[in-house]
Amino acid sequence: MLNLSLKQLSQQLREKAFSSEELTRFFLDRIRKYNDSLNAFITIDEDTSIAMAKQADLKIASGNQGTFTGIPIAQKDIFCADGWKTTCGSKMLENFVAPYNATVVQNFNDAGAINLGKTNMDEFAMGSSNETSYFGAVKNPWNLEYVPGGSSGGSASAVAARLAPAATGTDTGGSIRQPASLCGFTGLKPTYGLVSRYGMIAFASSLDQAGPMAPSAEDCAMMLNVMASHDIKDSTSLPHPKEDYLASLDNSIKGLRIGMPKEFFGEGLDSEVQKIIEGAINEYKKMGAEIVEISLPNSELAIPVYYVIAPAEASSNLSRYDGVRYGYRTKEYDDLMDMYFKTRQEGFGDEVKRRILIGTYVLSAGYYDAYYLKAQKIRQLISNDFSQAFQKCDVIMGPSAPSAAFKSGEKKEDPLAMYLQDIYTISTNLAGLPAMSIPAGFTKGLPVGLQLIGNHFSEGHLLNIAHQFQLISDWHRKTPKEID
Amino acid sequence: MDWDIVIGIETHVQLKTQTKIFSGASTSFGNEANSQACLVSLAYPGVLPVLNHEAVNCAIKFGLAVDAKINKKSIFARKNYFYPDLPKGYQISQFELPIVGEGKLSIPLNDGYKDIRILRAHLEEDAGKSSHGILQGKSGIDLNRAGTPLLEIVTEPDMSSAAEAVAYAKKLHDLVQWIGICDGNMQEGNFRCDVNVSVKKKGSTTLGTRREIKNLNSFKFIKQAIDFEVNWQIETIEDGGEIQQSTILFNPDNGETKAMRSKEEANDYRYFPDPDLLPLVVSEDHIHNIKQSLPELPGEMQKRFEIDLGLSEYDASELTNNKDVADYFMNLIKRGVSAKLSANWILVNLFSRLNDADISINESPIGFDQLADLIKKIEDQTISNNAAKKIFDALWDSPAGTVDSLIDELGLKQISNDSEIEGLIDKVLNDNGAMIEEYKSGKDKAFNALVGQVMKASRGKANPSQVNEMLKKKLSN
Repeated sequence: MLNLSLKQLSQQLREKAFSSEELTRFFLDRIRKYNDSLNAFITIDEDTSIAMAKQADLKIASGNQGTFTGIPIAQKDIFCADGWKTTCGSKMLENFVAPYNATVVQNFNDAGAINLGKTNMDEFAMGSSNETSYFGAVKNPWNLEYVPGGSSGGSASAVAARLAPAATGTDTGGSIRQPASLCGFTGLKPTYGLVSRYGMIAFASSLDQAGPMAPSAEDCAMMLNVMASHDIKDSTSLPHPKEDYLASLDNSIKGLRIGMPKEFFGEGLDSEVQKIIEGAINEYKKMGAEIVEISLPNSELAIPVYYVIAPAEASSNLSRYDGVRYGYRTKEYDDLMDMYFKTRQEGFGDEVKRRILIGTYVLSAGYYDAYYLKAQKIRQLISNDFSQAFQKCDVIMGPSAPSAAFKSGEKKEDPLAMYLQDIYTISTNLAGLPAMSIPAGFTKGLPVGLQLIGNHFSEGHLLNIAHQFQLISDWHRKTPKEID
Repeated sequence: MDWDIVIGIETHVQLKTQTKIFSGASTSFGNEANSQACLVSLAYPGVLPVLNHEAVNCAIKFGLAVDAKINKKSIFARKNYFYPDLPKGYQISQFELPIVGEGKLSIPLNDGYKDIRILRAHLEEDAGKSSHGILQGKSGIDLNRAGTPLLEIVTEPDMSSAAEAVAYAKKLHDLVQWIGICDGNMQEGNFRCDVNVSVKKKGSTTLGTRREIKNLNSFKFIKQAIDFEVNWQIETIEDGGEIQQSTILFNPDNGETKAMRSKEEANDYRYFPDPDLLPLVVSEDHIHNIKQSLPELPGEMQKRFEIDLGLSEYDASELTNNKDVADYFMNLIKRGVSAKLSANWILVNLFSRLNDADISINESPIGFDQLADLIKKIEDQTISNNAAKKIFDALWDSPAGTVDSLIDELGLKQISNDSEIEGLIDKVLNDNGAMIEEYKSGKDKAFNALVGQVMKASRGKANPSQVNEMLKKKLSN
């Protein structure tokens, strides 16, 4: 059960090689065994998971199963799941039990999946190392002294250590791809609007997008089939016709034009990582792809633009955590203002406060035009860069992160160094484009991910390109020695 | 020194939709606290706003009714501030690009009409309500109202007296009900005005500093608040003081205005486009369809009454201030009675009784069927105008009666029979030889006295114009 793909799990459940209950218990046992050292999960609810598995087994027995019936999935703790504690990695929501399902969670429930538990994450998805979680840092299973990346670090650690066959994540500036790169598996951030944001706790609404995190591209395709849906509860959800992302996996990629942006291979990129990425792209060449040099001239502005827009939206999105209706409220206070101040002072961590401050500042009267408005204009330029690039190529490739995983604590006190972790991922969020990270090799025993960026709604093609690489490589099948 | 008064008004009109502007929760009034607070109203983590297009249609209707530009693309923005009855910590409103652009509303004044320019009208959500003193040492929050759709209608500073401000507010209040976008219930807060007031030296082209009186929910309060505020501002300046831009509240108990917060203390609302909502785009076709669905507007109806029915501008305007009045009038004339008489009876007799009883035309005990019957009896000369008034009063008091039965009961049937009237005239002439002489010697007064005698002899029932005519004929023989 440990290393079966989602497709194999589905098949063997259907063939009754094992029951969903057995499968779910298998992963719950692994979580019990390894979570103390990895801290990948915030909430486990064995009774609920097992009850769901028993339901799934009944469905399978009656022959009514779908492709996901009985398969356990870990959910990032940013998704509201009815009856589950949903903390978003924050003290503010430490005891918040969601009274409803996020659309992503509902889609998995409808498909018959088992909720295996809620995974750890950077507080309100703000971070690139999973060290900002109120529930403690998450460890990288490849080396417990290293970070798993973030913000979807709990999901990443869980998938890499096979504490779950697959997990959901969200990506606002790289939060699926960077941890996928640092933990050595496949992660996809879809086109903005393909997956509903309803019930996904907002960080930066115009950038947030949920996606699959799993060992292989095929697994991700199977998950995206469930996750992608037009949702009237999310006004930014796009009415894109339903696709079968498994159907195009085996298409030929002969003649594929791969764009290599020179800006992604310059200063700041670890030379070992660069070698691995170039090596992977060379494999594509051998498969019949053609390499095109391209330029994304405004790339270097992506981080500054992101750190205006994302905090601006976050400062407003996080205003609802005021201690009035739910969540944390300070114990003692003199009056309303005192209650607000203390609640937010005690309920939020440093990184969240830092971004609320930045966001409030850039939206303030007198600064709005210079920061927020200018950032929006540059965001458009960044988007235009991609449109132009895609006239010359079908897919853009480069590193997912500038280096392999770094040591816990190494960048914790240096926010700017931390922000640079997302230097290659952020621009696609600003442009709303789909992008993936797939395992491409190792340096000093730590995984390195190759990033694939496609045009809007090209998920099918991206998964196809990733799958073709995974047919000739086994980086995505490697598992960390420290675990088992 | 003489002063000019400058007034602009922002009105919050609660739109008549079944559900809230960004969620499916009900908008009905007066239910148990928080029984209409869904997850969106409560701003739970992860929930998202979904625009109610009924609210958009209401806004478009209003824009068309004031001849305004409808912006094909408008943007929802977040207005950020902390308050316990504002669950998200921001209000979704429209800031830079509102759905309704510049338009105008014509208001009736004593000496004619004045166009008040509408600067803009934008969609937004209402906040909830905080109530203090229900629980000891605590405040209560009711989020039933949170998310109720509002249209905020903003004028240019075009009004120059409390009377004009009230005339505008009344006209607007009538209009939003006329086009069916608002219930207009001011006690329930359906229609609330923020009034910006400033004064400047007479003829000066520089505007004075304004103060904004918040949340006035009756026409009486609008007048009282402006009167008090204008006096206060003039006195302050004349005493050498300076007006500070500020937000003020009107206290209906003592009729005074009082500063709530000054400009320095004002919030920086950090408006920015709401990333949860796409730009609102409305098509030309959609606007056209809404235009088709609009009822005849008061201005158009007034013109029609003047041209087609020959009513005076005043009567036509008065009849088209309010949709219920206009409907009552149209129902009357549908029953084949004269438009002029109908207008007169509504605007004079009916209005005076309605005012005295402080009720609306819909609550009138005399329906249009009864009034039509009554007017018909005047037209066919069964009764005199004076007799009709008596019957009208009798009907008002016991609406179960019919016009016919009351004419009989009160013996008010008019005598229009020539020979009967002739008999009465002959008798009067026989008894009043002296008056005849007076008349013949040129005293017109004597004629009126003779008419009076005939009317008296008929106990008021003779048709006066007939009496006039026949008497004149007799005397000239």
